[in-house]
Amino acid sequence: MSKHSRLLLAALAVVVIAGLIIIPMNFNRYGLYILSQWAVMTIAAMGLNLTLGYAGQVSLAQGAFVGIGAYGAAILTTHGWPLIAALGLVIVICFIVGWLLGYPALRVQHHYLAFVTLAFSTLMFLVFRNESWLTNGIYGISNIPRPEIFGFPTRRPLPFYYLCLGSLGLVTLAMWWLIRSPWGRAFMALRENPIRAQSLGIDTRRYTLMAFAIGSVLGGIAGVLYAPLTQYVDPVPFNLQLSLDLLMMVIVGGSGFMLGPFLGAMIAVLLPEWLRFAEGYYLMLYAAAVILLLIYSPSGILGILDRYLSERRTKAASALRAAAQSKLEAAQ
Amino acid sequence: MSNLLDLIVAGLATGAIYALVAVGFTLLWQTSQTINFAQGEFVMLPAFLMLAVLHLGAPFWLAVLVGILLSALLLGLAFKMLLVDPMLRHGVLPLAIATMALAIGIKEAVKQFFSAEASPFPSIVPVGDVTILGRAISLQSLGVLAVAILAVVGLTALLNRTSLGHQMQAAAQNPTVARIIGVPVERMILLTFLINAVLVALASLLITPIYLAKFSSGEVLGQAAFIAAIVGGFNQVRGAIAGGLLIGVVDNLAAAYVSTQYRAAVPMVLLILMILFRPQGLLGRAEERTV
Repeated sequence: MSKHSRLLLAALAVVVIAGLIIIPMNFNRYGLYILSQWAVMTIAAMGLNLTLGYAGQVSLAQGAFVGIGAYGAAILTTHGWPLIAALGLVIVICFIVGWLLGYPALRVQHHYLAFVTLAFSTLMFLVFRNESWLTNGIYGISNIPRPEIFGFPTRRPLPFYYLCLGSLGLVTLAMWWLIRSPWGRAFMALRENPIRAQSLGIDTRRYTLMAFAIGSVLGGIAGVLYAPLTQYVDPVPFNLQLSLDLLMMVIVGGSGFMLGPFLGAMIAVLLPEWLRFAEGYYLMLYAAAVILLLIYSPSGILGILDRYLSERRTKAASALRAAAQSKLEAAQ
Repeated sequence: MSNLLDLIVAGLATGAIYALVAVGFTLLWQTSQTINFAQGEFVMLPAFLMLAVLHLGAPFWLAVLVGILLSALLLGLAFKMLLVDPMLRHGVLPLAIATMALAIGIKEAVKQFFSAEASPFPSIVPVGDVTILGRAISLQSLGVLAVAILAVVGLTALLNRTSLGHQMQAAAQNPTVARIIGVPVERMILLTFLINAVLVALASLLITPIYLAKFSSGEVLGQAAFIAAIVGGFNQVRGAIAGGLLIGVVDNLAAAYVSTQYRAAVPMVLLILMILFRPQGLLGRAEERTV
């Protein structure tokens, strides 16, 4: 990437971030709720993007981890714990459970792995619904308090939106660092060719488990934010459909691209809202849009951009080559 | 004891329907690496197509016929041409996601154009009991079982006894070689999509009188069919049948003896154990792991 385009990208990032901070200031309660939900779902989708997009392991269980996070936060904060303590506990639990869920991935791959994780999702949903002593069953947990951050209450929608946005920023930075670290390269090696990765001395076993564990932790973090966002948690949002939706977000945005989950979550959370004018038809339009997009570009939205950029690079390279060739011929 | 027998018969009847759906599911996987997440919705839709024709005043037999034809057209031909063909060469996952979106689309379309409420559906088998060896067995269960077994036997005969079936198997097992020896692979793949569409229409016809026609009823069915396909063996028609029957019986027994709350968990646990300890399924062959 040239210095010029890097500068352009940085400027664009600043504009988008400033826009995300300033524009919602005069949004109504519902608009802020939807935007906060977008931030939360982006975090969860980023986790799945790590597991699927970078490490190449299919998981249909991300929704279950969002559920674990949400219930963890709901149960602990209604018992008087601070949210940050709940976050710590949820991270530990999700890391361990995600690590354990990674074990089947060492044995089976692809569609089999998808179905093991699908079964896990369904089992977790049954636990949320049936273990009433812990989760209050189908009645759910209500009156979940919103936290105070450094003494600032986030009870009103705008401060809470900033909390979600800030968390998204922190998670993005952590992810950025992780992908560029040797670990990120090991994950990608795992996706591209596990046997070659192993022959280069990468402990594929450990990295597979790690990909699941870290991806699951991000799901849990999203859940911890989800509970105080809706202030009410019941089992229904954490059924299999959420896992499927998150998978859809990752693929539609562009799996294996850093910014894929942002766009994917935008499509999944915001597009249905924009289509509301179509009333009963809005989800049909949404489904049609997703199908058409995937037919046009199976590698997602960022796949289109990637294709365009690499085409341009090839063109530029061949133009350079042609120029060099003619210069060489003239010199002879 | 008599209770147990009733449970098993009822379980076999539902299991036979799962088997029909699971067989279609494995056929699509074998011939075109399509994991159809909309398979449950494929079962839900034909019943509504038949109801629509009934509302136009057609007799029941005609409605069934038109329903099956429409199903072959929409869920077979159109599904393959419009969705699977353009996406197939881009790998399994984008296509699987597209079928998830399709499932949402079908559900919403039915909710919007028909009804969000459950509608009753006429049964092809008369309601009542028949006495066999001194005990009453529901006629509906027997009828469902009979139709499903007929369909499965017919399909197996088609696959194993006829030249057409052999060509289909060849196209599924090794498309390149099949093409070289002159099998019209494209036509064979299209045929499996049509067979799948007819199977789901049949399953729809059998199951809807029991559980009513509802836009959301595909979710449970689709999942049961996935599990049946995996437990039985993803790459074998026989396996899918065995898996379907097994899941039907296990599900029914679990509801009676484990707990109604965790009834859905039992097939899931079975699925996990199966994948971990015998991933090729009950009757499947081991698939070579691709590097």
